[in-house]
Parts: sequence; C-alpha cells; structure tokens
Amino acid sequence: MPSDERRTEARRVLGICNACGYCNGLCDLFEAAKHRPRLADGDLAHLANLCHGCRSCLYACQYAPPHGFAVNVPRALAEMRHQSYADYAWPRAFAGLLERGVLTAVMVGLGAVGLLLALVLWSLPHDILFAQHTGPGAFYRIMPWGWMLVLGLLPLAWSMLAFGMGLHRYWRAARTEAVTLTLRALLSALRDVLLLRNLSGGGPGCNDLDEQPSHKRRWIHQGMVLGLLLSFAATGVATYYHHALGWEAPYPLTSAPVVLGTLGGLLMSAAIAGLLWLKRHGDREPTAAVALKADYALLVLLLSVALTGLALLLWRETAAMGLLLAIHLGSVLAFFLLMPYSKLVHAGYRFIALLVEASERTRQRDE
Amino acid sequence: MPDPNPLGATPDVLVIGGGTAALCAAIAARRAGVSVRLLEQAPRGLRGGNTRHSRNLRFMHVKTTPLSTGPYPETEFWADLERATAGTIDAILTPLLIQGSEDITDWLEGAGVHFQSHASGVLPPSRKTAFLLGGGKSMLNALYTTAERLGVVLNYATEVQDLSIRDGRLEQVTISSGGHVHTLSPRAVIACCGGAQASRDWLRTHWGDAAEGFINRGTPYAEGKVLRSMLAQGAVSVGDPEHAYLVAVDARSPDDDGGIATRVRCMPAGIVVDVRGRRAYDEGGDTASTRYALWGQRLARFPGQIGHLILDARGVRAAPPSLYPPLSAASVTALAEVMGIDPVALAATVADYNAAVRASDDPGDTAAWHSVGLDPPKSGHALPLTEPPFAAYPMRPGITFTYHGVGIDAQTRVRLTKGGAMENLFAAGMIMAPNIIPRGYVSGLALTIGIVFGRLAGQEAARHAQR
Ligand SMILES: Cc1cc2nc3c(=O)[nH]c(=O)nc-3n(C[C@H](O)[C@H](O)[C@H](O)COP(=O)(O)OP(=O)(O)OC[C@H]3O[C@@H](n4cnc5c(N)ncnc54)[C@H](O)[C@@H]3O)c2cc1C
Repeated sequence: MPSDERRTEARRVLGICNACGYCNGLCDLFEAAKHRPRLADGDLAHLANLCHGCRSCLYACQYAPPHGFAVNVPRALAEMRHQSYADYAWPRAFAGLLERGVLTAVMVGLGAVGLLLALVLWSLPHDILFAQHTGPGAFYRIMPWGWMLVLGLLPLAWSMLAFGMGLHRYWRAARTEAVTLTLRALLSALRDVLLLRNLSGGGPGCNDLDEQPSHKRRWIHQGMVLGLLLSFAATGVATYYHHALGWEAPYPLTSAPVVLGTLGGLLMSAAIAGLLWLKRHGDREPTAAVALKADYALLVLLLSVALTGLALLLWRETAAMGLLLAIHLGSVLAFFLLMPYSKLVHAGYRFIALLVEASERTRQRDE
Repeated sequence: MPDPNPLGATPDVLVIGGGTAALCAAIAARRAGVSVRLLEQAPRGLRGGNTRHSRNLRFMHVKTTPLSTGPYPETEFWADLERATAGTIDAILTPLLIQGSEDITDWLEGAGVHFQSHASGVLPPSRKTAFLLGGGKSMLNALYTTAERLGVVLNYATEVQDLSIRDGRLEQVTISSGGHVHTLSPRAVIACCGGAQASRDWLRTHWGDAAEGFINRGTPYAEGKVLRSMLAQGAVSVGDPEHAYLVAVDARSPDDDGGIATRVRCMPAGIVVDVRGRRAYDEGGDTASTRYALWGQRLARFPGQIGHLILDARGVRAAPPSLYPPLSAASVTALAEVMGIDPVALAATVADYNAAVRASDDPGDTAAWHSVGLDPPKSGHALPLTEPPFAAYPMRPGITFTYHGVGIDAQTRVRLTKGGAMENLFAAGMIMAPNIIPRGYVSGLALTIGIVFGRLAGQEAARHAQR
C-alpha cells in the first residue's frame, strides 16, 4: 500500500476514535491519540508503534465493518507500523527488505544456510565432515573458532549498527517537547514491556482469536522472549567458558550452556508453535497482510534457529553433526542479518513509543 | 401461505430483539431452565441495536465502588428521576428499577461483561454511572457468548413482522427470515425490540415534514413493527409519540447509525444561526452535558431543521475532536457562502454579536464574558468572533429514542387498554422505557432499564412457560 494511503487511513480512523473515545480503557493508544489531535505524520508513527496490535478495539468498535465508517484500527495501524519501519530503516535503500518480509527472510535464510553448507563442503574433506567428532573442540574441527567469530560477530555488529541508526532516527522524530527522560519513565516503560500491559485489554485480555478476550498471546509472546534470552545466555556462558576458562565446546549435557540452550530452544519452539497457531486460527480482519507475512517470516526464522540448535544438540555425536552445525550457524547468521530488516525491529520502536508515552504521562501527572 | 416452524423447534420463550434488554431476558430465562430462542433483525455484524452505541449505565450503590467515584443511594436516584420526569414518576415500576439496579454490575460481570475502573485514570468523573470497558459492543459480545454457551438459540437477520393477540393471549408470531415468512407459537414472548425511531414514515406521521431533517443516531433496525402491532391490538400506550430525545449532531452524518461520534458539542464557544443567518437562543446559557439534548430540541424547530454553529479560529482550537472537520473560510461572508446562508445577514449577526460582547471583570475568566443588549443574549462564554479563519459545523437534530412505548405491569407483562395484562407477552428495554421516563432523561438510564427489566422479564416469562 502506498505510504500516503496508509497515513490517510490511519488519520481517518484515529480521527473517528478521537471523536468517540469508548476504547480508552483498552490500552494507552486512545488517550495518546487524544493528546495528539493533529495526527501529524510523526504522531501517526508514534501511535502505530504504541499499538500492540491486540485487536480488542476492532471487536469493541461500533463503527467496525460492516458499518459504513469501516473503522479497523488494528489493521490501519499495522499498515502504518510497517510504513514507519520502512521510513526509519537504515540505510534507506534497504527499506524495501521490510516491505517484502517473506521474500527477504526466505532469500537471506536460504542464502546464509547455503553459504555455510558450501563453506564446510568446500573446505573440508568428506571423511572429516561426515566423521563422528566428540570431545572438546569437536565443533571447531568442522568450523574453526575464528571463522565462527567472523561469521557471527561481523553481521551482528552491522545489524546492531543498522538497528541502532533506525531507532535513533525514530527517537529523534518521536521525541516531543513533553518528553523528558526520567528514571521513573524508564522504569514505567520497562514494566510495560515486561508485563505487556498494553496487551491486556484493560484487564480481561485481548481478542487473540475471536470475540473472546484471552491472555494467550501475551503470555506466549513472553515465553518466546524468555526462550530467546535463555539461548543468548547459553551463547554468552559458552563464550565465557571458551575465552576465560579455556574450555572448548561441546559442553556436557549438564553444563550451563547446554541446559540454558536446551531450555531456551524448547521454550522458543513451543512458544513459536503457539504463536503460529494463533496466527493461523485467528480472525484475519484485524490484521494487515503485510504484518501477517512479516510475523510469519520472523517466527519461522526464529523457529529454524531453535530447532536446528536442538537438532545439533541431539545428534552432535553422530556423523550428521557437521552438516547440522553448518545449518544451525547458517540460520543464526540469517537471524543476525535480518535483525534490522524484519519484524524484530518492533521491539525497539515499541520500547521507544512506550518510553515516550511514559514520560508524557509522568509529566502530565506532575503538572 | 406461511410455512409453520421451519426455524426449528418452538422454544418455550421467544425473545424479540438483540440489544441489552433482549440478551438479559434470554440469559435470565435460560438460567431459569426453559428453552429460549432469540430473534435479531440485524445481521450478525450489526447486531445489538442502540446498545452498540452506548457506554455507561446508572446503578444504585450505597458504598463506594471502583466503578464510580462515590455512593449513589436510592433516595438520590429517585430524586433525579423525579426531577427529570417533572414529577410524572411511576410508583410501582420506578422502585423496581432503582432496587433492581443495585446488583446489575455484579450480574453483568457474572455474565462475562467487564467494566472500566476509575483507576484507569481516563474516565470522566461519574458517581452515578459505571462505564463498560470498550463500550456497549464489548458488553454485547460477552452477553452473546454467554447466551450461546447457555444454549440460547440465536437467529440473526430474522425479523418479527407481526404478533397475533387474542383474548389477552399472544397466539402466534409472524417471522421473516431469508426471504421466507414463518410462524411460531411459543409459550411466552418477550418483546425487547426498542422503539420506532428508524422508521421515516412513522416519524413523518408525528413530526410532519420536519422528520425529513432528522438524523437517526442509532440502529436502522428500529422500525417499531412489533410496537405498532401491540398498540393496534389493544396494548396500553405510554409516553408521547411526538416526543423524542434529540441531540445536536453534525448535519453531514449518515441518516442512520452515526452513533456517539456525530455529536456537536461546543456551542458555548460560538454562535448558532439558522439558514437565514439569525440567532435564536442563548448559546452560553447551558454548558452542562444536558446542552446536547437542549440543542437537539431547538434544531427540530429551526427552519429546515438545520442550524450552523459559527466559530472563529480560537473557537476551533478550543473545540473537542469532531467526526467531520468544520467547514472553514477566510471571512464570515465567505463562510456564509460555503454554508448556504445569506452572507449579508450572517455578517450583520456576527457584527451585532461582536459589538454586544463585554469582557468579564477578570478577562481571563472567559466563562463570564457576556453580551449586553443582544436579543437573544449570550449569557456566558461570549468571546468575540474575530480571529480568521472562520468555521462552521452544520447541525441537525439527531434522534436517540422516542418517548413512546407499551405499558407494563410489575411482572413486565404488557398491559391492555381494556384492563389487565397479557398473560404471555412481556416487554423490556426502550419499548417500555416511557413507563419510567415519559419525558426527560438522565445519562445511563436506558441501559439500566434494559438490564433490570430484561432480566425480570426473562424470569417472569420462564415462570409462565413452566406453568
Ligand atoms: C449514540 C447512542 C448512545 C447511547 N448511549 C447510551 C449510554 O451510554 N447509556 C445508556 O444507558 N443508553 C444509551 N443509549 C440509549 C440506548 O438506546 C440504550 O442504551 C439501549 O440500547 C436500549 O436497549 P434495548 O435493548 O431496549 O434496545 P436496542 O439496543 O436498540 O435493541 C433493540 C433490538 O431489537 C432488534 N429489533 C428491532 N425490531 C425488531 C424486529 N421486528 N424483529 C427482530 N428484532 C428487532 C434490533 O435489531 C435491536 O437488536 C444510547 C443511544 C444512542 C443512539
């Protein structure tokens, strides 16, 4: 959808919301919109990123289709959110990657896995690649530590830079005069992230699937995040073992990296399966096709990281380890590369939106 | 020849309508152990009548609750109703309403409905009413789900066209669904199908040509067929068909169903003129929320049922968000052209008004600015209209409901003009609300009437069906 069409529609529906106001108990969006009655481009980006896409306001809306006003706030703001991801993407030339989320994920995913596979197939004689490797240093016989570091850290560093640039630009645009960063606002925003307060529909939950409120998506999402954090922790501990203690992977089944990684991988996989199930069975009305595709792309990418990690753990003492390692590292590489050009950016933009909101709120309260 | 009964089994209790009253009746009847079928004229996506557009309900409570900002005892509720209805209170039904309202928030919560607590910090202060979280449509979603779970059979896009009443008994209900006409003869029927305000023909019979200038704020599925059928077959008529609860709405609103967002709210910030460019009322006199209703009545008497709220740039800045942006022009005469008002007359009206404006002793106290020597005066908020661009909201009377319904007894049975009441025909909601408010209104009362009497009607109808 062209960007001005998205803005026009977001402005239209939020204008109706501002004249109605019935949904102001569902989440922070509606009061925020009321405080920005001009609904300028920057306001729309802020409001779109504040919206958690919980869908409750569609079912609550007296003007939802088939009513002639055809108000569909979650859809209009999902479109608008994607517009803002593209608008603030860095470098600008890469914005198109976000608009074609599935294609991007498939290409980068296949490309990265292909690259790693090619690398091990080309660099290693088959009797080494397909041999059983056990004991410390087994993984590095397939891929030397230095290579892993280069393949991991370089893309990650680039992605962090690109992610950070996008967020920086967005922050500059979203930061109004009313926004003064205080510890109170920061804590309040962190609390909102931790509890996903805006995904609770003002108490009873959100319309994850249909007209019935539930807390499913809220808790499953946090389960996935926890799984992701555990996996990162596993990597962190492993790096520490390697560098500080000089212990080489693979680590024993009862070691911290393996336990953390396994728990993380299982939790992520289960949670992603849950989120995919919700997406498949949920009403399509409150979402936009572009958002749904981006969600699927990121979820499948994360799932492939988790599942290949678990597979590697399961079969690390077999002859398949070499290829499994390459595939897992490939999917991790794809994940790193796609961080700033996938739905994952929502985490940053949403945090900024919550921070802006929290600081405007604390300021209003102080006045 | 209507074919009998193709909708399936005849229920013990048939509920006509799909708004608050109907759902509360259906749930209460089903919980009492009888089979219930609910017929809603609207398609599923537009189910729920005017309840879809509502927000808060009035309830008696002696203690402070999280849902309101203070207690609201029975005596105060009674006094409010006495004042609103100018003393024409029903001594039997009103106590039922007030006492019945005490537990409705609990009852609704038990049926899956959620309220918005004042702790949310974003509600207007309200001691007497509780706000539905997400508004009326969220409540409807919860009630429909509960009804379905309890085993109430729901038929959407199914309209009751007529009732056959004989010897104080409802014999048969004529139903139109999917292009076919059917009949049902349930043991008891509860009519919860609102008023007739969406029927242009009906409005015209009572308001004449003025009806053309009205906008129906709520559901188009309020044609009053059932109401008229009952009245034609000997039901007692209550209220007055020529009275309606009218609110000032934007003239550009759709004919039906524009809902809450179409209200025009900022009359005190400007002046209101008719098509001739003349003022007729004190715009600064009433600034409470009752002003919407006041202006609704006034607009109904304007030529062509249209008025224009004229603001200057300062007034526009102060105005609350509106559904449609005001029409705007660089000068008063240019604005008059846009609005189709006589430019010379409007310019003269604005000039006279500006000349009559007097600042208050404390010029910062804008509420105390007033006119001197102006007829009609503007007694408050009379700031001069001088800052271009000028803007206008065209306004029409928006009908919310009419004060016309059927009389009921304490068991919600429809009363008969020849005395006594129908043994198996019950009524709840706006269709009987004029028993309690034949005139006037207090906010949140319509929902409360629907809930209290809907629930009562459900219980009474179930009791009758089980006999
Ligand atoms: C914009 C707006 C805002 C409002 N806000 C409030 C508020 O905040 N608080 C409040 O208390 N009141 C409010 N009201 C008043 C509102 O009318 C009542 O709250 C309430 O909806 C009345 O409930 P009811 O069940 O009697 O009628 P409705 O909710 O109107 O239900 C009538 C039902 O009957 C169906 N029906 C009609 N004819 C037939 C037929 N022949 N066959 C089958 N079905 C039929 C209709 O489709 C509809 O579902 C508001 C009204 C409007 C228009």
